[in-house]
Amino acid sequence: MLRRRFPEWFVLLLPAIIVIAAVVLIPLIFSLYSSFTPYKLTRPSTLWTWVGTYNYEKILTDAKFWAAFGRTVLFLTIVLNLELVLGLGIALLMNKVTWGQRTLRTILMFPMMFSPILVGFQFKFIFNDNIGLVNNALQSMGFNVALPWLVDGKLAMFSIIFAEVWMSTSVFAILILAGLFAMPRDPLEAAKVDGCTPWQSFRHITLPFLMPFIFIAMTIRSLDVARAYDIVQIMTGGGPARRTELLWTLMSRTGYVDARMGLANAMGYVSILLSIVFTIYFFHKLSAARAQIGMGG
Amino acid sequence: MDRNQTHRNRKRALKTLHFIALFATMSVICIPGLWIVLNSFRPTVEIMAKPPIWTPTFTLDHYRAMFSGAGEGGVPVFSYFRNSLIVSVVSTAIAILIGMSGGYAFARYRFKGKAGYFVGLMLFRAVPGVALSLPLFIVFAKVGIIDTHFGLILVYVALNVPFTIWLTDGFFRQIPKELHEAAEIDGCTRWQAFWKVEFPVARSGVASAAIFAFLTSWNEFALASQLTRSVGSKTMPVGLLDFTAEFTINWGGMCALAVLMIVPALILTFIVQKHLIAGLTFGGVKG
Repeated sequence: MLRRRFPEWFVLLLPAIIVIAAVVLIPLIFSLYSSFTPYKLTRPSTLWTWVGTYNYEKILTDAKFWAAFGRTVLFLTIVLNLELVLGLGIALLMNKVTWGQRTLRTILMFPMMFSPILVGFQFKFIFNDNIGLVNNALQSMGFNVALPWLVDGKLAMFSIIFAEVWMSTSVFAILILAGLFAMPRDPLEAAKVDGCTPWQSFRHITLPFLMPFIFIAMTIRSLDVARAYDIVQIMTGGGPARRTELLWTLMSRTGYVDARMGLANAMGYVSILLSIVFTIYFFHKLSAARAQIGMGG
Repeated sequence: MDRNQTHRNRKRALKTLHFIALFATMSVICIPGLWIVLNSFRPTVEIMAKPPIWTPTFTLDHYRAMFSGAGEGGVPVFSYFRNSLIVSVVSTAIAILIGMSGGYAFARYRFKGKAGYFVGLMLFRAVPGVALSLPLFIVFAKVGIIDTHFGLILVYVALNVPFTIWLTDGFFRQIPKELHEAAEIDGCTRWQAFWKVEFPVARSGVASAAIFAFLTSWNEFALASQLTRSVGSKTMPVGLLDFTAEFTINWGGMCALAVLMIVPALILTFIVQKHLIAGLTFGGVKG
């Protein structure tokens, strides 16, 4: 009977739709509603007070929110670009390796298995100003310093970016390396015969071929950029004095520590929009790149 | 002669440079992880020593304390490990089944608004965990499935389904339609044709989707930290926090639990390493 009423594709998709609706869609609708109320966890009755766009007006005029928002965008820009450049560099280095490549590739995948929270703790340990590996090494080399890696605003931002790049560069490196393996040899050799410099053949042959691979990596990354929350939350918790506060840490503080759920959910929606814009942008780029090399479909 | 010499020198210099760059990269990748492993075997006095001690002493104290249970300053590791394993394995299995049927629908059927459905599903994966954890916490508390395995499994299934659909869709699309048509002509039902013909061909895509789903569930923190409360459902990433006190952190103990967390992921990834890369590139590029 079911087959009669619904087309087969719908029956096949139905479980996915049900699960996602139950776990993601319904809570999101609820949070959209509560972002228009002054809902506080400690006073459940506040859920039924409608305040319109008060929460949104409040965050849009809040300097702390905009600072966190700007910092998040800046953070993502720096991190994604660094990961791309380093990943490309590592892939090119690995491609030249003549022996032991399998082993090296396995090592390269190492950071992908680490939990983001573990990466956070790991670098909190390594950058610890008192007993951390970095400061210990510096002191043993004769520099009589104890750099406050996680206490100074700028150094803390650097440490966080380092941790995030360490964790996610492999995704780029592995995918770009796969692209290099799949690349046909002939055009490169033809370019060499025609007298192209290595830079020219890289710029005009290798790079265009790698573009789809780069965009897949970007798309996969854009799906979980918010994993950076775990790292920041553990390493600095948004401190010192909000110098490393990202949108996500600000939101969780507002929601769980201050218990102002309505306000936090309004922030949540801004962060969701940010993620969606990222994802759509890269999906768009990905299909354009696919079409370009004739793999569309 | 002279030109030959300079050419050879340059080549050698480039080779050395390449080697140094590669070595430096690998060091940066390996040292943080190895440092954790090393410190899980060092006594706390030595970790805290000032000036630093560089010749490590070997001790199993942290592991002993960790496995001895909650009574002696240890952490209920077995429970955390069991919770993590149950939640990850069950949610991966369910996510693969649901995701595979979804991916098959996208690869094999034509219907209106297909691209829209597809991107729409992906967008649900992009919702940041923290943003989702706020409303989920309230909803789950109302329904009464907070702090249970079931609740966490449900969340992880929803989290992993979109990505699984993406990867398996790419793989099913590689398989020529004639294959299952031939099987059906030979008397298979559509269902049999899928399991006997198409599934074996797409196996490496399914394997890579499975490993990604497993790693996501195994490592997830933002949601688990809000949706679990007690020993009965806390997973290992949440358990790491047990080693932190107000102002101090038991680094040695934490490193030991970290090692326990990495080892299964490491073994699993070794086993399906080949599928992992194939899955990502085929599923993504050609899909």
